[in-house]
Amino acid sequence: MKLKVNNVEFGYNSTSVLENISMDMDRSEVVGIVGPNGAGKSTLIRCIDRILTPRGGIILLDGNNISKMTRMEIAKEMGYVPQTTTRVFPATVFDTVLMGRRPHLGWKSSEEDIDKVLEVLELLGIMEFAMRDFNEISGGQQQKVLITRALAQEADILLLDEPTSNLDIRHQLEVMDIMKGIVKRKGISAIVAIHDLNLASRYTDKLLMMNGGRIFAAGNPESVLTVENIRRAYGVEALVKSDGERPYIIPVRPV
Amino acid sequence: MSKSKPSTWMIALFVLFLLLIIVALVGISATTGNADITVDDAYSAILHKFFPDSYAPSWLAEVCVWNLRLPRIIMGILAGICLGLAGATMQWALKNPFASPYTLGISHTAVFGTYVAIIIGGASIGGGAFMILGTAGIFALIAAAIVLHISRRRWATPERVVLMGIVMVILSSAITTILMYFGGAGAVKETVFWMVGDLSRSSLDVLAYMAGTIVLCAIPLLLLIFIPSLFGVDEKRIRTYAMFVASLLVAITVYFTGTIGFIGLLAPHICRLVIGNDHRFVIPISGLVGAVLLIGSDLVARTVISPVILPVGVLTTLMGAPLLAYLIVREGRRAVGSA
Amino acid sequence: MKREESRTMTAKDIKEQYKKFIGRKIFFVFFFAALIIIISGVSTTLGSYPITVKEVYSIIWRGSITILQNLDFIIFHGVREFSREYFTTEEIVVWQLRLPRIFLGIIAGIGLGLAGAVMQAILRNPLASPYTLGISSGAGFGASLAILAGAGIVGGKYLIVGNAFVFALLVSFIILALSSRKGATPETMILAGIAMMYLFGAMTTILQYFGEAEAVKEAVFWMVGDLNRASWPVVTIILGVLACCAPLLMLKSWDLNVMGAGDETAKSLGVNVKRIRVITMVVSTLLVATIVCFTGTIGFIGLVAPHMTRLAIGGDNKYVLPVSGLLGAVILISADLVARRIIAPVILPVGAVTAFMGAPLFLYLIMRRRREYW
Repeated sequence: MKLKVNNVEFGYNSTSVLENISMDMDRSEVVGIVGPNGAGKSTLIRCIDRILTPRGGIILLDGNNISKMTRMEIAKEMGYVPQTTTRVFPATVFDTVLMGRRPHLGWKSSEEDIDKVLEVLELLGIMEFAMRDFNEISGGQQQKVLITRALAQEADILLLDEPTSNLDIRHQLEVMDIMKGIVKRKGISAIVAIHDLNLASRYTDKLLMMNGGRIFAAGNPESVLTVENIRRAYGVEALVKSDGERPYIIPVRPV
Repeated sequence: MSKSKPSTWMIALFVLFLLLIIVALVGISATTGNADITVDDAYSAILHKFFPDSYAPSWLAEVCVWNLRLPRIIMGILAGICLGLAGATMQWALKNPFASPYTLGISHTAVFGTYVAIIIGGASIGGGAFMILGTAGIFALIAAAIVLHISRRRWATPERVVLMGIVMVILSSAITTILMYFGGAGAVKETVFWMVGDLSRSSLDVLAYMAGTIVLCAIPLLLLIFIPSLFGVDEKRIRTYAMFVASLLVAITVYFTGTIGFIGLLAPHICRLVIGNDHRFVIPISGLVGAVLLIGSDLVARTVISPVILPVGVLTTLMGAPLLAYLIVREGRRAVGSA
Repeated sequence: MKREESRTMTAKDIKEQYKKFIGRKIFFVFFFAALIIIISGVSTTLGSYPITVKEVYSIIWRGSITILQNLDFIIFHGVREFSREYFTTEEIVVWQLRLPRIFLGIIAGIGLGLAGAVMQAILRNPLASPYTLGISSGAGFGASLAILAGAGIVGGKYLIVGNAFVFALLVSFIILALSSRKGATPETMILAGIAMMYLFGAMTTILQYFGEAEAVKEAVFWMVGDLNRASWPVVTIILGVLACCAPLLMLKSWDLNVMGAGDETAKSLGVNVKRIRVITMVVSTLLVATIVCFTGTIGFIGLVAPHMTRLAIGGDNKYVLPVSGLLGAVILISADLVARRIIAPVILPVGAVTAFMGAPLFLYLIMRRRREYW
């Protein structure tokens, strides 16, 4: 088991944001997290990467308790891919990806680090704008750069926080294809918080549906994305069709 | 933050309270100071003017009280009223809780105007006074127009507007500092006092002059806020006019006292704490609050390390800067003004 | 975007481009260093006391030799005695008046430029600088308080710096606390900083009235800043602090880079955000406090230098930090040159000149942030 999450709880002061969260993940697996806004998807991802510290429960990475690991050690294993935001100060795409080498860097970046960056840039096909300013490229390209950065960390697990929320449908498909491709080719695992149910259905091996800070349903996409579940978690009446392999959701009306 | 509308009684009570404090402060202030006269003597001097036969003050007391202190105090009252009025008007007109003649840089622009007039005209206070005052007024109006224009842009949050205003203050301070070195050693001292604010330039004739011009401006302002319909229905236009009149008030004050900071910021906030948001009351009463603040500060400035006289602006900054910090921390998202 | 031509971009091409990019940054390091030397050279030759250019340089040359030959004398009897013994009047003017001033300008400029770049990075605030955050003013207050309390005679300069540091740190922590609140925009932070500046400025001015010296002159010194109080001991102290602080800050350049991507990303990349923020803030505050003790609050160097640097070489803090420092030195000694000569023989306070140059840029920076709104 690559990642094991046991009974994790998180909250601020008296409010509870996550309760009783447990899940497992294997190598080379894509786990999706879906749920309405405020369900706790982002929070869970951040707890897993220890950006936030849960107040209860254990998270084991390859059998090691992450609360006992240093941030650097965690950074070598897990790569966080946030939604894109504009930067305050200018930075080239290259330097942005180079930041992913931080867990491996000394004071100076070595030849090896630069080579590694070039390697992942090529892998994702974004060599062309390596020297351009991050703020000047499109949202889809920015998202790819952030994924590249996580890859430069040589992480075994990618944590993607709503990577497709700001993208048009073409870029959504591109990003998800890339993610799936990397998982398959490199044996990396990925946890993706996503709001688009159809993308979740198509690209994930395992799906967690969250609601109100708890895991509402877990399993493969077909078993999780049912009319009943969608009604109870989202408050929406929907049609669920199948193309033979995966379910497709067509929302009809609020309930 | 909504408050139940304070009753008219409360407002009247507050006004009465303020007037009483002013009278008290006048009394205390007139009888306190560096010169060697007793309190009794000082009161004699005051009352002697009204009841010449009953009181016989010493010559020193008479001169001191009537030629030095009272003019200073009266100037403080007039300036305080002006600044309070102007500050409250600006906060209402711009819907910006951080606005004030000082923080928007309007005071400093007006001072700059007086410099320009003096350099060009080579005149001093008294002779070409009208010209200097006029130039200050024009500069203040220009500054107000710029501030209005910027405030109306969509990206101009209250913080940004004030931030830009303060940068103008820093810039004009720098220019003034440089100019003063051109003037030589004597000019340095004078300029610093000018930049920090000073009530010493008072004498009874000067005061009459000041009061006159203030009244001339205050009347349109009061009309604007009490009977806006006289000027049309467009609310934006009314606020614009109010802003301009306020700037003129600022120019007048600055001409006589230099730039005194933060009174225009403090007074409206204190006023609103007590009587709520109705600008028709807040604006005029802020004037009274401003007067109280200013002569109070001046009293402290004159006496706290006597015989040294601190510049009054330093004290007002001391009071006002923490308030500004507090306001900012509270994120100043409160809407200002009503109607 | 044309795909045809970009297909020919190989990894090697990018590598070359990257190396060129770095080469450019290093070029600027040397360029500004050279600029510093040139401007210093020009500045030394200008002044009210009539010494020709040639004489100045020969004085520097000969003087250096004399100093090296008589190091033991200097150590035993002190700099003053030495110059009295061995130097002519002209030499004293150059060595005791002009050179210390220029060196102070260089070192203070480096310190302020460096501190400004660091503060902008850790607070992710392009408007930040020691002056606009009120940290300089806090230091000024601490310093004048210590001087007034007689520390100048009793504890020596270290007590003054120490007290300046304490108050500057106070302001820093207030700013840090503010920056972590929800809804804190860069403008909010700066406004709070400016409120502090006014507050401490007023308190410093009041203090001057308690003192023996001319209150007004002292007040202007603290509020506006100038390089008049330069002397070799002063230069040594600041140099010492700079030598300790600068490497420490530059070592953290990568962490600063990463923090620029956001606190969450930084944490996920292994950076202990809170600790780095506090450490770099404390160190840069120490640097600023030391400088302010001897120069007053000179404004805008820490604001302007980093921005101009970034325009030239991009946002990589590993280079931005040192180059900001160098550019800061260039700006400061240039401003001082202007301040000294523009209405000679009157010497303007250098802070007035830097404010005159820096405020319009500040205005521009504020206006440029309207992009944030859209």
